[in-house]
Amino acid sequence: MADREMNDAAPAQLALASTAGAAVDSDVPSRRRFSLPLRRAPRRRRFSLLTRRDKLVLALMVGIPLAFDLVFIWLPCFATMGLSFTDWKGYGAINFVGLEEYEKVWSYPFFEPALIHNAIWLAWLACIATPLGILVAVILDGNLRGSRVYQTIFYLPVVLSLAVIGLIWQLLYAPDVGNGFINSFLDALGQMPISLPLPDMSHTDWLGDGNINLFACLVAASWRHVGYICILYLAGLKSVDPQLREAAAIDGATSRQTFFRVVFPVMRPINVIIVVITAIEALRAFDIVYIVNRGRNGLELLSALVTNNALSEANRVGFGSAIAVVLLLISIIPIVTFLVWQAREDLE
Amino acid sequence: MADNDKSPGLLTGGQVTRREVLKKGLVAGAGLTVLPTVIAACGSTAATAEPTQAPGATPTPVPSQGALSGNVSLGSNLSDAVPKKALQDAIDLFTTANPDVNVKINTVDHSTFQDTITNYLQSTPDDTLTWFSGYRMRAFVSQGLFTPMDDVWANISSNYTDAYKTACTADDGKMYMVPWATYAWTVYYRKDVWADKGYAIPTTLDEMKTLAAKMKADGLVPIGLGDKDGWPAMGHFDIINLRENGYQFHVDLMAGKVKWTDPAVKKVFTVWKDLLPFYESGSAGRVWQDAAKNLVAKRTGMMLQPQVAETFTAAGDADYAQLAMFPWPHHGTEWDAEEALDAPIDGFMISANSPTLAADLANAKALMQHLSTGEAQGLAAKANPANIACANDTDTSGYTDLQKAQVAVLAKAQKLTQFLDRDTKPEFAGPNGMQAFLIDFLQKPDQDLDSFLGKIQTFWDSLD
Repeated sequence: MADREMNDAAPAQLALASTAGAAVDSDVPSRRRFSLPLRRAPRRRRFSLLTRRDKLVLALMVGIPLAFDLVFIWLPCFATMGLSFTDWKGYGAINFVGLEEYEKVWSYPFFEPALIHNAIWLAWLACIATPLGILVAVILDGNLRGSRVYQTIFYLPVVLSLAVIGLIWQLLYAPDVGNGFINSFLDALGQMPISLPLPDMSHTDWLGDGNINLFACLVAASWRHVGYICILYLAGLKSVDPQLREAAAIDGATSRQTFFRVVFPVMRPINVIIVVITAIEALRAFDIVYIVNRGRNGLELLSALVTNNALSEANRVGFGSAIAVVLLLISIIPIVTFLVWQAREDLE
Repeated sequence: MADNDKSPGLLTGGQVTRREVLKKGLVAGAGLTVLPTVIAACGSTAATAEPTQAPGATPTPVPSQGALSGNVSLGSNLSDAVPKKALQDAIDLFTTANPDVNVKINTVDHSTFQDTITNYLQSTPDDTLTWFSGYRMRAFVSQGLFTPMDDVWANISSNYTDAYKTACTADDGKMYMVPWATYAWTVYYRKDVWADKGYAIPTTLDEMKTLAAKMKADGLVPIGLGDKDGWPAMGHFDIINLRENGYQFHVDLMAGKVKWTDPAVKKVFTVWKDLLPFYESGSAGRVWQDAAKNLVAKRTGMMLQPQVAETFTAAGDADYAQLAMFPWPHHGTEWDAEEALDAPIDGFMISANSPTLAADLANAKALMQHLSTGEAQGLAAKANPANIACANDTDTSGYTDLQKAQVAVLAKAQKLTQFLDRDTKPEFAGPNGMQAFLIDFLQKPDQDLDSFLGKIQTFWDSLD
């Protein structure tokens, strides 16, 4: 699970890094004053703007989180990597078996479906949920009457944990008419005097049918994801200098042009964060499928496989760790991409 | 409330979540089916806490009641109010008889108990703890994490049938558990609906199919199933395999001694396939509680389940009064006579690593012996009518009709199995394992069974 925790922590760190980067970009000269003593002037007497007390506070502020980071993220992370080369079962001797567990992962009948489902999850979030969140943010950013109410409505699901969301949507998706809301609703539609040109879908097994349950879960996950992205983006939009829009309006840009040609490029740092968050959300997806059916029958995800093998009664700690390492390696891709982009940006 | 995770409870008063049961089971997996032969590899190195104690040691070491003093701790996963109270009452009986013994119960939420069981047993467990029979019990015993209690068993064995003895014996031939409560997997139905339509209890598979067809014609769903949690379908496989191929074959299959590609296994799926048209559709998305509600609501004709009493009680006394059950019908094979069925057993064990065990062992054994009495178990069975007591001398006069019916079914059974996920390797039975395979079969019964079973065998082979 180390990688999951890492994913959790990553957005925050990335967000910090990127805002810092943006600040440096925008007003480099003024910031120089506050920079720490520079190596370039060795002959000058050591002079620090920081008092001893400041240093102590700084050391504590950096040291404590760093210690937590090391103990709760990096230690488990490396322990997981280590265990992935063993066939440990949670008790007894720990035998080093090299890459054997990785070979087993490769031939594990649920591994390939899990990879595919994670990819579908990513594609869905990237192509549907995230753009929808941005769209909602842009609409809410306009001078809409009752915009606060809408904001609340969209943001409300973000307050709920995905596990709770899973429970809520399970009630909606329950298969029996009279029990599940959606099927009862579809059944009621069918009972209407006017017959609709729709097939009777009131017996759809939303969460049980392996062909559609992934999408049913994605709808539930998007319910939250849209609000999440919406809030992030809205915060970004509010910080865009209104003069830019004014200038664009004076130049005769339509609102569409203003957004795509002016606002969107200015929002670049936020956009990158959104991309990274989307990728990470897709890779760490777990809660809903685990609540629904523990990640089987069409809902296999890498994270669920890790849990079902390493943390369940199965006790295949070595095997589960190997899957976790695979997931970690995949997770690193968007993070590294981001860091490379960030570094390049800083150089320019 | 993760309702979907609920499975019929044993000790826990119908509130055991599936995971626990799974774990329990798995943990115990071996249980009833314990094969003397099994994977002896690790058995040979078993570090038992009392290597000197020969199996079947002479009775006595357990001191007579009243002469004890000191402490004993009990780690309990009975965290729901009703079974917790029942256990407390049983313990109170013990402390009344042994006023100088201080029994400390550490109750842990049952999910947590199961999730942390490995660490718990390896670090500083309580002297005694609640347990569930089956495969994982053997695995932990072979790691030396439990203390055998053959001496206790020498005193209590007359109070249990052989099926229980087998369930409490590990690979090394020693006894490790005291049974506490059990329940049977049987077919439930509503008496009023059946009387109304003139249905009779089917005694053969053919009669069952005829009945199911009649129910279908009457607008009922013949066989209810909610398999969202993955385990209910396992019970269906178990009973069909037991009837088609017998107890020994089933046990061997669970232990990996027979291959899943064996034609006899294919036969099971072929027989099962013929029944599937009578099954409730959409089972993979329905929790068993909802399937049970359909039985309450007279939409379903019958349902194979460990227990549905909870759902009926919730619906009201009038509905509960209509609930009845019968054992799965005969298949016309030589194995019918075994009357075998799934009946998972929960009980108590003595840990090995408890720091206080050396001082408390005599008390622990006396407590085990006390909990094996019908007097103590009757309290639990009374508190939670979904279960029945295991001890022969339990006073069953207060049993509900359903409990009496369970006793009758179990008394007739020559062989008892725990449950698929308890009788085989835990990693094989899990959600990314047999649960997934069986759902796949239920959804695509017409698939090529040879390649289906080949996939299962390949998966088994990939486990160590």
